[in-house]
Amino acid sequence: MKNLKMSIATMLLLAVSFTNAQEKEKMKMDHSKMDHSKMMNMNSDTKAEAILNDYFNLKDALVADDTKKAAQEGSKLAASLKAFDASKYTAEEQKELADIIEDATEHAEHIAKSDMGHQREHFKTLSKDMSDLIAITGTKNTLYEQFCPMYDGGSSWLSSSDQVRNPYYGSKMLKCGKVKKTIN
Amino acid sequence: MKIVKIIAIVLLVAFVGIQFMPTTRNQSDSVPSTDFMLVNNVPENIQKKLQVSCYDCHSNNTQYPWYNKVQPVAWFLEDHIKEGKAELNFNEWDSLSNRRKKSKLRSIIKQIESDEMPLYSYTLIHKDASFSEAEKQELIRWIEQLKDSI
Repeated sequence: MKNLKMSIATMLLLAVSFTNAQEKEKMKMDHSKMDHSKMMNMNSDTKAEAILNDYFNLKDALVADDTKKAAQEGSKLAASLKAFDASKYTAEEQKELADIIEDATEHAEHIAKSDMGHQREHFKTLSKDMSDLIAITGTKNTLYEQFCPMYDGGSSWLSSSDQVRNPYYGSKMLKCGKVKKTIN
Repeated sequence: MKIVKIIAIVLLVAFVGIQFMPTTRNQSDSVPSTDFMLVNNVPENIQKKLQVSCYDCHSNNTQYPWYNKVQPVAWFLEDHIKEGKAELNFNEWDSLSNRRKKSKLRSIIKQIESDEMPLYSYTLIHKDASFSEAEKQELIRWIEQLKDSI
């Protein structure tokens, strides 16, 4: 009898924790929606610089073949992207920016939960998004668009240094690539 | 022996019990005008391949075999579909911007190329959902073309 009670209790506990977990997930989702509406207040230039800064940290982690660090930087970048404020831009720019941010956020979020191979795939599209972003927002620093002809039919990335350090191959081909364009 | 019997009964009761817990069915009668097939000129064989191999988890309409209506299988499936649709919903294709479309197509190609999609757990049961090497190449080539045309 005691055993039966214990078993029933265990089953109930399991059921309760299951529904609980589902509830929690719902709450989490509501929460993220809330954050979304109340976060826009600071100057957008600093926000764009913050995004770039996170992007460079992510790039450095990929250069260093550090998956874990890249994942962390991916999460940070996703957060900075979500905090971007486009309100001071023209309607047309806002539309374009929203599109870039949405795309980039998805890539950053994937980088946060992927292996190195995937991280680099997403980094390629993310880099394009970053170029398009600063084409609108501008940046106070000099940037270098660099290019590796070998990765995935040719791939670009941005760097704050003119020294080539390849984020697509890391230590395997650290200096493969060239500066394609200087920005600012 | 008695304990085994009791445990068996409890498990049975639990199994029957969880059948009454609600799951959301991913089913819809209408295909929205934003559907991938409606806005793109998709050759018939590619269309069929996408329908069979992708649409169960990447659209608003899943073809449910009987065992997918039984718990706890239905829960696992519900989770997969939720995740799948969040990543990519073919029914809502045309609501994406060109940038997002290109991004998605690139990801689709990578997923198929690396055999990550369709999921192994899915092709295990849905034999017709898996791609032969030739089908893979054909599909990838076609998607590449679509991507370059955007």
